[in-house]
Amino acid sequence: MKVAWEGKVYELDKLLTAGQLLEKFALNPEAHIVVANEKLVTEDCKLSREDTVRIIRVISGG
Amino acid sequence: MKCRACGKEANIRLSAYNTALCADDFLIFFERRVTRTIQKYNLIGTTDSPLVAVSGGKDSLSLWYILNHAGFSADGIYVDLGIDEYSHVSFEKAKLMAARLGRKIYRFSLPALLQKGIGDLSKLMKRAPCSLCGVLKRYLMNRACVDCGYTVLATGHNLDDEASALFGNLLYWKEEYLYKKSISLEARGDYLAKKVKPFFLCSEREAAAYAILRQIDYVYEECPYSVGAKTLLYKDLLNKIEITSPATKIRFIKGYLDRVKEEGARVDPGRCTRCGYPSYTETCNVCKLFERFGTGEALRVECHEPANAAFAQATLTEADSVQ
Repeated sequence: MKVAWEGKVYELDKLLTAGQLLEKFALNPEAHIVVANEKLVTEDCKLSREDTVRIIRVISGG
Repeated sequence: MKCRACGKEANIRLSAYNTALCADDFLIFFERRVTRTIQKYNLIGTTDSPLVAVSGGKDSLSLWYILNHAGFSADGIYVDLGIDEYSHVSFEKAKLMAARLGRKIYRFSLPALLQKGIGDLSKLMKRAPCSLCGVLKRYLMNRACVDCGYTVLATGHNLDDEASALFGNLLYWKEEYLYKKSISLEARGDYLAKKVKPFFLCSEREAAAYAILRQIDYVYEECPYSVGAKTLLYKDLLNKIEITSPATKIRFIKGYLDRVKEEGARVDPGRCTRCGYPSYTETCNVCKLFERFGTGEALRVECHEPANAAFAQATLTEADSVQ
């Protein structure tokens, strides 16, 4: 699967849930959102190899 | 994970409420939360004309969108701080939303007024850019609200903004700020507009999810001056607590709201002897700034009115009605 995060695209082979993906990047689920194929997904959603995934940081400096 | 309301596949988990919702039910939940906050705390009345402080970020653009959906005819005010590409892109996003809603957007441009951006000013004054930004935005947004005849200034401050600010103020016992961060500050005379925060009880994650689901085109990039800001550290710490103890942030802020009601005696600002706007000193900081760096031109606000206002309004009603 292709994962876009912080301006880079990562190619991952391993099947993961959205929550495991955040863990892999050491990201807090309270501060990030996972969008798979332009759809917002919950942390238990299983991501497939064909998926195009974006991780969005939701916290700003305020 | 299933949506608690309809049983369909969920799109967002809300651990603070021990629930998960699909996209449609989340939009209903979020909009209802904002409108109920507005009603419960008397933030905006039916006869009010609100002006939204717009930065081009997810919170302010979503707030502007929701207020117009909820029947408030809200225009926007944008302060261009002259942060190169970041300011340019932010204003473009704000103008896009103005066109989508068919509403006016006002702009104060710091480079046009002072021929300097916030970075240059910060160096010249030996003051942190974020602190200067706060002073200028508070002044200019209040002034736009009062001068242009709006009755209430609405900002997109969310639960995480408020919890992190409260955390910081408590950590260093900044008692002078402790009771100034409430959900609403009433107007004073004809020089200080009422200020409200309709997203006070909505988390930053919820606001981002709302913006994504409503296809609101916002600036994802951080302000370049926010790198290393303490606010970000406090938000990170609070989110780590939130993961192990869900609903900590909302309890923290609701507890604050209960206490601020009891302790909320407010010291009213006086008026600047030069411009007549709020100041705790004889001359306000912005007048001092303009005296030192201004070009001598009067402070002016530009107004951008979408050419397709009528069309945009019609499109909004048909395609984006509140669910």
